[in-house]
Amino acid sequence: MPAGQTVRGAPNAEWSGFMSDAHYYQGLAKSMMFTIILVSFAPLLVVVLIAGYQYSVAYEEKVEAHLRELVLKHDQTIDSYLDEKMAEIRVLAKVIDLGRLATPEGIRALHDALTLGHGTDFVDLGLIDEHGIQVAYSGPFRLQGLDYSREPWFKAVREKTVHVSDVGLGMRGVPHFIIALRMRAEGREWVLRSTLDFIAFNRLVEDIRIGETGMAYIVNREGEFQTTPRRDMTAEAPFLRELARSLTGSADQVHGRAAMAVMDNPATGRETIFVTSPIKGGDWLMVYQQDTADAFATLNRSRDLAIGILFLGGLAITVMAFLMSRRMARKVERADAAKEILNEQVIEAGKLASVGELAAGIAHEINNPVAIMVEEAGWIQDLLEEGLSRDDNEREVQRALNQIRTQGGRCKEITHKLLSFARKIDPTVMSFDLNELVREIAELSGQRAKYANVVIETSLGDNIAPIEASPSEMQQVFLNLVNNAIDAMDPGGGDLDIITRQEGDTVLALVSDTGSGIPEANLSRIFDPFFTTKPVGKGTGLGLSIIYGIINKLGGTITVDSAVGRGTTFTISLPAGKNGGGDAPDGAGTPEA
Amino acid sequence: MPARVLLVDDEKGFVDTMAKRLENRGYTVGVAYDGPQALDALDKGDIFFDVVVLDVKMPGMDGNEALKRIKAAHPLVEVIMLTGHATVESAIEGMKSGAFDYLMKPCDLESLTAKIGEAQGRKEAHENKILEARARHIVLRRGD
Repeated sequence: MPAGQTVRGAPNAEWSGFMSDAHYYQGLAKSMMFTIILVSFAPLLVVVLIAGYQYSVAYEEKVEAHLRELVLKHDQTIDSYLDEKMAEIRVLAKVIDLGRLATPEGIRALHDALTLGHGTDFVDLGLIDEHGIQVAYSGPFRLQGLDYSREPWFKAVREKTVHVSDVGLGMRGVPHFIIALRMRAEGREWVLRSTLDFIAFNRLVEDIRIGETGMAYIVNREGEFQTTPRRDMTAEAPFLRELARSLTGSADQVHGRAAMAVMDNPATGRETIFVTSPIKGGDWLMVYQQDTADAFATLNRSRDLAIGILFLGGLAITVMAFLMSRRMARKVERADAAKEILNEQVIEAGKLASVGELAAGIAHEINNPVAIMVEEAGWIQDLLEEGLSRDDNEREVQRALNQIRTQGGRCKEITHKLLSFARKIDPTVMSFDLNELVREIAELSGQRAKYANVVIETSLGDNIAPIEASPSEMQQVFLNLVNNAIDAMDPGGGDLDIITRQEGDTVLALVSDTGSGIPEANLSRIFDPFFTTKPVGKGTGLGLSIIYGIINKLGGTITVDSAVGRGTTFTISLPAGKNGGGDAPDGAGTPEA
Repeated sequence: MPARVLLVDDEKGFVDTMAKRLENRGYTVGVAYDGPQALDALDKGDIFFDVVVLDVKMPGMDGNEALKRIKAAHPLVEVIMLTGHATVESAIEGMKSGAFDYLMKPCDLESLTAKIGEAQGRKEAHENKILEARARHIVLRRGD
């Protein structure tokens, strides 16, 4: 046996015929579905995540900047309001004669002038001496002669020239705040006091309203409200006091900058944004607060929308992927089924082609005996013309007739062999003796082998178990292998050995030749349909693929062992039939020779 | 004078019967059952064959191979190829390498004898030409 490459016939899915497995198509549909979902969902998710993140960052920055800007603007407005009022009082104090101001007429005239110029901002106006006694007063209340010496603002104004008090109920029980100005005249110290309308001032801050929860207010260092908040905030007062204290001490509290903090509001329990900015030289703190959820309502809506779109998109993709993959799997299934039918037709065509080749060969074999018969008939005619009585012409005619009979028998033998092969390939599986079949094939191919200078030798094992197969299909297998072997040894001839033996539960049949061998590059392809190295018109390239299909169907294997220049051995192993070796050959389905 | 014919075929019965029939018609017939025998008969035989009737398909040396050797050793001998249907191509191939004609098996004796006659005629024409050329050569030499 020539050494060389051994290639097991690769299990070719198209030929094995096991494709119509429902599980296979379900798996195919599933993998297609997951691929579609992954491929379509991944970019969507990435886009939504990245764009959403970018958008939220940008939006938050924008909201923050907007809030800071808002607070700072109002902060400046309030500061300038207070500065303006202080400046006005200062100017008045400078230009007006203090002696005249001390009189009721003088102070009323000044108050009237202020009211005329500034509306009702300045509620009243009073002049207080160094002992804290209000010596002159103009305004809606009767405050003449009141003693302010114990009031905190009076104490404060003794240290500074101008003082703006916190908002308080004061002596008359109405929220207000006071601007006090210390003056020096005629060696005495005076204080000019004006009450500022709390409502007008409050409006400045109250106007800052954004969304549902956004509101602004002013607290002093003690956390007391300087403006009326939109809603009751008494619950938040301790928290605000803490906030005011912590923020005033921090480095952020530089004038002209608003600090922003996001923390849980203990009163509402919601996350809240606090924007704070110091006003009135740091005495007061302007606070703007808004629930985070409210401030970022638009952002949250966008987020919800994005999640919604993602969810709906995902749902749509999943549904589409499911439907599409199922449809595609069905199409693949149908295409596979069509291919299978085509394959069967191709194999059938291959069988016909091999029968055709066989028929051409056999027709040629018949020509020889026919030629002899024609010659003998002509010879008899010649002898008859001479006359039977002459010499031993009668015996010669007898011999010629015998020869015609012999040759006729030869023809009959050949045509019978042909008939047995030309019968429709019968796939009925039956139990039969492999040796019988091999003997027949060797005999049938003998003539062809003789002309190709090939010596066919069979070495058939004794007591070989019958095999379960279709005899006509097995005939095809061996005929193909033998024909291939003879072709491989052309020209020049060689030895063709057919060996059968039994190894355990398998029956082995080896067909080996001493021909040209199969190049390594072709070894893996020889069982592929339509693979042929023969010139166009000489081979269909179907022989070995049909053999592969037949052997595979029987649960056997076919392997090839070949080396260029040393020959090729095909080894067929088939499972042994049940009724062990030694039985008389069945012979069913084999040609009667 | 009827031609001297060498029949070459691996089918013994065919060759023998055909030889008898040709001999009956006055031909001088030799038989060979394969290529080497045919070459031997041409080389060492006691008959100078005019025409070889050669089967294309023979075990061992096939007809085309035998034809080439015959033509190489005996260029004047005319060869008629005898073929079964399946080997018409190779018979035509044989004609390219110098065969006179080919006949299909089975053939009737009349067409074979006719072909043999034509082949013999051609061989004689060739031989006559060669003789004439030799004679002219001799004449020319004498004329010197």
